[in-house]
Amino acid sequence: MILLNGESFAVQPGETLAAVLERLGVSPHARGVAVAVDGEVVPRACWELFALAEDARVEVLTAMQGG
Amino acid sequence: MMQAMSETTGTPSTLAGNGAAPAEDQITIAGRSMRSRLLLGTGGFPSLELLSAAITAAGSELVTVALRRIDPGARGSLVDVCSQAGVELLPNTAGCYTARDAVLTAKLAREAFETNWVKLEVIGDEDTLLPDAPELLRAAEELVDEGFVVLPYTSDDPVLARRLQDVGCAAVMPLGSPIGSGMGIRNPYNIALIREAVEVPVVLDAGVGTASDAALAMELGCDAVMAASAIARAQDPVRMARAMRAAVQAGRLARGAGRIPRRLYATASTPDEGLPDFGPS
Repeated sequence: MILLNGESFAVQPGETLAAVLERLGVSPHARGVAVAVDGEVVPRACWELFALAEDARVEVLTAMQGG
Repeated sequence: MMQAMSETTGTPSTLAGNGAAPAEDQITIAGRSMRSRLLLGTGGFPSLELLSAAITAAGSELVTVALRRIDPGARGSLVDVCSQAGVELLPNTAGCYTARDAVLTAKLAREAFETNWVKLEVIGDEDTLLPDAPELLRAAEELVDEGFVVLPYTSDDPVLARRLQDVGCAAVMPLGSPIGSGMGIRNPYNIALIREAVEVPVVLDAGVGTASDAALAMELGCDAVMAASAIARAQDPVRMARAMRAAVQAGRLARGAGRIPRRLYATASTPDEGLPDFGPS
């Protein structure tokens, strides 16, 4: 299990960030999306190889209207 | 005389033109020149269609966006709307209460939007949303060191504004009054002092409620005005966007024109010479 945007989310052992994002419907080329894992930015170029550890805290963020 | 009247009342385009200021009056922040001196916040618009129309009406070239958890059901086309409008994105760090969170949010925004510009907000209090000065300065310094173009949302404190400039901020964005309060500029003297205290552009941020607030900011010497709620939450946002645009231009012109000094007593605008003498009454 990981914590994905504040909610528990089941992942396969060794599942990559890119795979989880794809399950969310986020393509590797999605514009305006950024990811932090355990409080660190994971650059887009690393999504494909980034294996998620148990209990990883993942934040997937995008543009929202704001002043 | 009638002719002159119609010329001075004129059409709105007499004042607004096509929104284009003369090239020499562009505002330049960190090497980027813009004709528009009105920055637009995207928050609070009831729909993206209305936002898009307001961007056009405001003539803004730089708009703020926030970064929030993705909603797979409603993946926004906010970025698309902004890119179709031809405006640059200025990501903010709204909602951050610590330098650490603001720095991380700025880095995520850089990753998401491919811009190293950030409107830095570090909030100290959820009721007033006033800036947390020590955290703000710390975050600004760190982000400048990381190569960001930092535009900090700051108090109307000239000393803090200078400190922010000294650590390398590209502009300062002092508040007129609390975010979304519509209270206008509560301390115009401080805004004028900030204009004197720093050389970087001063962008009045927060508190603008209506067009006259924006005009006053420009008359006080601000280089630009940022408006969000005042436009987005107006009953007719597009019309208010147009009003803000005209107000910023009017205030800028008035600042350049040099206003008359305030005096306690009247000064006749009509000369006494040639005054007729009608005899005793």
